[in-house]
Amino acid sequence: MSQSAEKIRCDACPVMCYIAEGKTGACDRYANANGQIIRCDPLTILNKRISDGGEIIPFLKSQWDGSLIRDDEVFVTANGAGTTYPDYKPAPFIVSREIDGVDFVTVVTEAIFSYCGVKVKIDTDRHIGHEGAVVRVNGEAIGHVMTSEYGSQMLSLGGVDHLTGGSKAEGRVTCDALMKLCNKEAVELSVDGGSTVVVKAGHAPIIDGHQEERMRVGCGSATIGMFASQWIGLVDEVVVVDDHITGVVSEHQAGKVIDWPNTGIKILGRRSTPGRYFQVAEPGLGWGGTNVEDPLSILGPWNGKKGAKPGLTMLMVSTTGEQHGYYVLDDDLKPQKQDLPETLQPSVDLIAENCEPALCTVLFMGGAGGSLRSGVTKNPVKLTRSVQALKTSVTCGGAPLYVWPGGGITVMVDVTRMPDNSFGYVPTPALVAPLEFTVAREDYKTLGGHDAAVRSVDDVLESGGEYGDNVRAISPPPGSELGARNTN
Amino acid sequence: MLATPTDMESAQAHLLADGKRLHLHHGPIDLIIEAFGADRDAAYRSAAQRFETILTELVGELPLLRERAVSNRTFAGAVARRMQKAVEPFCAQFVTPMAAVAGSVADEILAAIQNVPEMRKAYVNNGGDVAFHLCEGETINAAISGLPHGRITMDFTQPFRGIATSGWRGRSFSLGIADSVSVVAADAASADVAATMIANAVALEGCPRVKTSPADELSPDSDLGTMLVTIDVGELYPEEVDLALDQGAKVAQSLLNCGLIGGAVLQLHDEIRAVGLPADRQSYPNEIPARKLIDA
Repeated sequence: MSQSAEKIRCDACPVMCYIAEGKTGACDRYANANGQIIRCDPLTILNKRISDGGEIIPFLKSQWDGSLIRDDEVFVTANGAGTTYPDYKPAPFIVSREIDGVDFVTVVTEAIFSYCGVKVKIDTDRHIGHEGAVVRVNGEAIGHVMTSEYGSQMLSLGGVDHLTGGSKAEGRVTCDALMKLCNKEAVELSVDGGSTVVVKAGHAPIIDGHQEERMRVGCGSATIGMFASQWIGLVDEVVVVDDHITGVVSEHQAGKVIDWPNTGIKILGRRSTPGRYFQVAEPGLGWGGTNVEDPLSILGPWNGKKGAKPGLTMLMVSTTGEQHGYYVLDDDLKPQKQDLPETLQPSVDLIAENCEPALCTVLFMGGAGGSLRSGVTKNPVKLTRSVQALKTSVTCGGAPLYVWPGGGITVMVDVTRMPDNSFGYVPTPALVAPLEFTVAREDYKTLGGHDAAVRSVDDVLESGGEYGDNVRAISPPPGSELGARNTN
Repeated sequence: MLATPTDMESAQAHLLADGKRLHLHHGPIDLIIEAFGADRDAAYRSAAQRFETILTELVGELPLLRERAVSNRTFAGAVARRMQKAVEPFCAQFVTPMAAVAGSVADEILAAIQNVPEMRKAYVNNGGDVAFHLCEGETINAAISGLPHGRITMDFTQPFRGIATSGWRGRSFSLGIADSVSVVAADAASADVAATMIANAVALEGCPRVKTSPADELSPDSDLGTMLVTIDVGELYPEEVDLALDQGAKVAQSLLNCGLIGGAVLQLHDEIRAVGLPADRQSYPNEIPARKLIDA
């Protein structure tokens, strides 16, 4: 993520362009990506032969006999592996499509999302920063911590203000981070007043250098509810330590219904309902998302009058089973740590076993409400209405997506369901993403679609492929909605 | 689909999937060619042979071609000479011969095709800058995308053999904010430079919703150097659109008056201006799909 605008010289053709970081050369085929020349060639990706490892017939200086290879494989595959590779800028192939009665097209355009961002879900109990805290990459603000959700911390990154409203560096860093996140690459994010998190879509988060393994089985109270019956008879008290809701089996409804005896335990927290405590400590990176390193610190004095007695046993465990301790009250009713009895090990393992792997999920969110639509229909709002009425389906690189109710066409898509490297960017800055509208031909007519250009749904997709990203054929990823419509 | 280039690529030729059109590619040049006549293969062979050295000829004189044009400068290459000729009428202003490079390449290749006997009609499309050849009785249809999806039809009797489009969203940088300016002229090189100059004139000085960047920051060896080129155009007030289009249309009108162009169609946001060409929607009955900015 170099900030320096290092220019490098491309040696792909005799022009030998100097190309600045993140830019393409004069051909729009070769680009400088992180100091390396990469190829981003819409023709290549549309050419099956090349994607299969072949090459276009080169000129042979003296031997070329003038025979021209009829290349049926060119343009047939919107299905090649790289078909969703972003067009940094439209190459001239957009003019190569034949239209009935028209000899050629003269056009200048570009397909970009300047209204977009990502929502990141990080499966962890750990506190990575306060709600509303600014999230940074390389010191530039790119978003903030959202309201936390079940077993996870949520981030909202990008959006038009960071992309275009802030400083130039902020826009550039935001765009770069969004593109990497969307392309399933790892990005290190630092939260003001909180942690540093490495986020990679579909992988475990790494929080302050520690890789998260498991997502909590439930909150502390839920854990009590799930496992109370497995603990009865094996231990006198169980405390599931959780920053959100710490559970205590002897007091909890789940314990009461199986006649769990009182223990005289005292939790230092705000009691919500019996056996359920809020705010037993501060949020942090310790037990159950608290800042607790020694779980005994959340306990007050034991009350002999309410059931505490020497020899009473207690299991303390976190919501993932990752941390646990076994204690026995001494003659002064002070808990003393002992080894976990073998009989209790299975219940701790069961908590861990019931946890799902902790993952980072990245949802791309973008608005396709504006002028994009006029490439699809003469009357853009009809497209919006058709999408909202579910007559026109929208996909992102063939992946199903969620269309927000309300105005516009605002969509969210899980980037792990999209083909690799689906996203690109333009220096505007804005992301380039594939987006497809699929509509039955009859509906397309009523939409005021450019019907003269339509022959079939496949054709709509294919034509789009040559014209641009707004309506284009893409490589259907396994299980995607378009997979069944794959013609090649 | 990422690959690191290994050997420097040479010129390439192949037929498109329709089996009718030729695609020539070398470096930044992509040509789509179609010829109609007795011996199409001969035409394509001639085009391909001429194309083989076009880029290296240009590269040899690139440093001077990227400098501000001055009158009567001489160049060795045929394409470079076409470029110089096309920018000659504009030397009083800032322009470099590169403003005519795409059209000049198209003209040069078209000339190679015209040499083949019995060519009724042909066109060479260089990324939207097109040179065409017509025999008596032939017409050619150009679709201008974005125009309410219209067409321009030209026939043998009209003295125009080139059409070109320029705009800030295109492959070349623009000093202006026009979405596109399409120009018809005697040849593609003249249309190319005229479209560039008209598009440059469609401008709004100091408008905060027009984002610019020094050209050499985007492309270190741009012929425009540190000049500010348009990188984004936000929402504009109707008066701003009108003002910008008026300025462009004025330039187009003066070029028309001088006989340098046959007409121009200017587009900015949803507004269209036509100079010397019909621009009413009825003139463009057929729709073609356009690729548009995905901007909300």
